[in-house]
Amino acid sequence: MIENLPYILFSILIMAGVTYLVRMLPLTLFRKKIENRFVKSFLAYVPYAVLAAMTFPAILDSTSSIWSALAGLAVALLLAWKNRSLLTVALGAVATVLIVEQLLVWFQLLTF
Amino acid sequence: MTFGKGVRDGLPICLGYISVSFAFGMMVVEGGLPAWIGVLISMTNLTSAGQFAGLDLILSGGLYVELAVTTFVINVRYLLMSLSLSQKIDPAMSGLERLLLSFGITDEIFAVAVQQKEPVNSRYLTGLISMPYVGWALGTLLGATAAEILPLPIRSALGIAIYGMFLAIIIPPAVKAKPVAVVVIIAVVLSCLFQWVPGLNQLSSGWVIILCAIPAAAFAALRWPVEEETGEAT
Repeated sequence: MIENLPYILFSILIMAGVTYLVRMLPLTLFRKKIENRFVKSFLAYVPYAVLAAMTFPAILDSTSSIWSALAGLAVALLLAWKNRSLLTVALGAVATVLIVEQLLVWFQLLTF
Repeated sequence: MTFGKGVRDGLPICLGYISVSFAFGMMVVEGGLPAWIGVLISMTNLTSAGQFAGLDLILSGGLYVELAVTTFVINVRYLLMSLSLSQKIDPAMSGLERLLLSFGITDEIFAVAVQQKEPVNSRYLTGLISMPYVGWALGTLLGATAAEILPLPIRSALGIAIYGMFLAIIIPPAVKAKPVAVVVIIAVVLSCLFQWVPGLNQLSSGWVIILCAIPAAAFAALRWPVEEETGEAT
């Protein structure tokens, strides 16, 4: 049925294997607490740095229009600043994007 | 740190994942592959950007070595996360548990696990991974088989969901602690430079994340070393 099925399956195996190794090696090899103060501090700050770099500027490209993305970003920032849950922030941003894009369609500034 | 608490903490991630993997499922079918291939990729990889890039390469008949290098570069951030998490998990966790549970380290699962006050044990981590794993596979299946049930405007709006989750994770600590705010600002500025400055924007997204995160976290670590035993930045 599918052309190149062995190629596709072996490709998936490679992707899965590489992804697993980068996740598995540090967690299994570093069994002890790291004592070095700099390394400890560095690792404590890493999550925020990684997530911030993944969010900006990619969030601006995540919808059908920069304006809906900016509106969604603003609402997400406000909800997150108010300490709302992951889900509330995510759905608040989605709802905002949906509303703004409907308005843009209404004013014929966007077509789907 | 019970299994149940892990499941509860994983539920919002699960719902976010359904929306993101939905898009992945649609892409698989649009590329001419059957739905089960998409579900197989999601169940064996459990990663967003890496899967999207890998699917592109498979559809264009890329070389195995290309696939391996691309996957590595996009997912190299997990090295940092796994290393960071190794300092947070219960030292009593066995080698086998580490081998199994490390499969489930994603951006969001990592972020939630690393923010726990107590050391993370295997029961909690198993619970935390379970729902997002199911959601990721289920969303892929739905996207691949039933994309047309969702109108296009809703599918477009769902694209922002994952970033909303990221913001919910980074903003509250950044408001509370100045060092975290500085880390976020440095990472964002660097990331924007890599996106918009000619030359720099040739780099793949995996390296960009590493090259933004390392200077930002290193600067804050030099300037404001953390005091607590737990190594938590608060």
